[in-house]
Amino acid sequence: MSVRIILLHAGVILALFLMQFLASDYVVLTFTRIMVLAVYALGYNILFGYTGLLSLGHAMFFATGLYGAALGVTRFGLGVPEAMLVAIGLGIIVSTVIGAISLRASGVAFMIVTLMFSQAAFLTVLYFGDYTRGDEGIVISDEFRRFSLFGLEADLANPVLRYNLALAFLALAVAVTLAVIRSRAGHVLVAIRENESRTAMLGYDTARYKLLAFVLSGAFAAFSGASYALMFAYAGSTLASIQYSIHPLLWTLLGGAATVLGPVLGTALMFLLVDFASGFTSASLLVVGVALILLVLFFPKGILGTLRQRYLPWLP
Amino acid sequence: MSLLLETRALSRSFGGLKAVEAVDFSLSRGEVRAVIGPNGAGKTTFVSLISGRIAPSSGSIVFAGEDVTALPAFRRVQRGIAYTFQITSIYANLTAEENVALAAHRPGTHAGRDYLARVGLADRAAQRAGTLSYGHQRLLEVAMGLALRPKLLILDEPTQGLSDSEIESFIGLVRDVARDATVLLIEHNMPVVMTLAHRITVLDRGRILAEGRPEDIRASDAVQRAYLGTG
Repeated sequence: MSVRIILLHAGVILALFLMQFLASDYVVLTFTRIMVLAVYALGYNILFGYTGLLSLGHAMFFATGLYGAALGVTRFGLGVPEAMLVAIGLGIIVSTVIGAISLRASGVAFMIVTLMFSQAAFLTVLYFGDYTRGDEGIVISDEFRRFSLFGLEADLANPVLRYNLALAFLALAVAVTLAVIRSRAGHVLVAIRENESRTAMLGYDTARYKLLAFVLSGAFAAFSGASYALMFAYAGSTLASIQYSIHPLLWTLLGGAATVLGPVLGTALMFLLVDFASGFTSASLLVVGVALILLVLFFPKGILGTLRQRYLPWLP
Repeated sequence: MSLLLETRALSRSFGGLKAVEAVDFSLSRGEVRAVIGPNGAGKTTFVSLISGRIAPSSGSIVFAGEDVTALPAFRRVQRGIAYTFQITSIYANLTAEENVALAAHRPGTHAGRDYLARVGLADRAAQRAGTLSYGHQRLLEVAMGLALRPKLLILDEPTQGLSDSEIESFIGLVRDVARDATVLLIEHNMPVVMTLAHRITVLDRGRILAEGRPEDIRASDAVQRAYLGTG
């Protein structure tokens, strides 16, 4: 891996680290949220940006992590680290099963099948309202968010700890994404996006590689969902709704599909845009919509995608 | 010479059309075999059955002593059957070198360079494949076939769209390849067939009409009538 690629990504992480010493509490909280959700977008990008598979159902994997962690600590007596691991494990299992079924379809059919599964998952959350508390949601009280790891006492209600934990998770997700896309498998995923039938005729088991991408993105989604529940002490059905399947797609498109940092940038910009617009109008989503239309018109490959095309061909 | 490939009563129909019908075909190791026949004779369907792109309606395919009839295409490729597409099917958005490195199963490396050099595209390595001229895209197809290091290389109309000088060098290339691979060649260009093929199989309406050495095929009345025209 070239030096400038490492420097760029390490620089972004370092800048985010330094930001907590300069920014207000409110900005720190906003960026904690952005970084947690950027992990979701990073995983989505492996499937959508690099492999070319558009899923409309990733909210179900996000929700798997979300409820896995929330129910894990509140109902099953798990500690925070154990609940995280269980939630990610569940995300892997669920995405393996759903991926194995939905990847039998391709193109629009794949989009519909993932959407249907996700809606079924959403309705399941509502159906088991006794446990999930439906759209009211589970509020995780502070006692469940204290834990000790390697002899250190930690409390997720502490905003400094939360910010740095979110940053560590983001750094991990960026590193894993970089490792994946620069690996042999990563090249095969791009080959599948570019020409799937040819890739099979070169002797690659394309079904297996597509499932790999699907499960990776499902695991990232569950990781993000579990972090979200535990850090913000809440798991509600809105977070399992179709809106949360569309979000990672928009964030990825905005920042630049098939660029590593694109989803991170897209998540941040969309959050800040909504934040900015809601400061002076109640129709903040209208502002977001106009911004998206302008972006599609002038930056069809997203911000980093367009920058890569014009100025930075080395950008991964 | 030992057998590399054998098909037994291989058939494929599309609705009422019998594209390939009860074909018993065998190919020895090291051979260069041409398959000729008029348009619609079932040539591409026949090699697609061998490569696994299309499943047969009935019959079986044995490759290197193993029944591969039920294997999906990618497993047949792994066993040494390479297919180069009649309609070029390259990665238009990747560079020529990346295309061949993928075929060599070493993507992200320079493993493709030797194969590009063998087809005379070494100086095009960094060019985006979609911007290559048609003839060069055909040669890139062939380079990808070589990079698979196949036991059997199936070339579907490889000289279509090539200039005379490109055809000249292509003939040299196939001779070179044939030193360590068996070649199955679908070709319309009769001078190329006559120059390269050790044996020729003539397909007509999904059946084998004739099979033999080039000079026998040229002399066959049945073939003359079905395909070559008179004179």
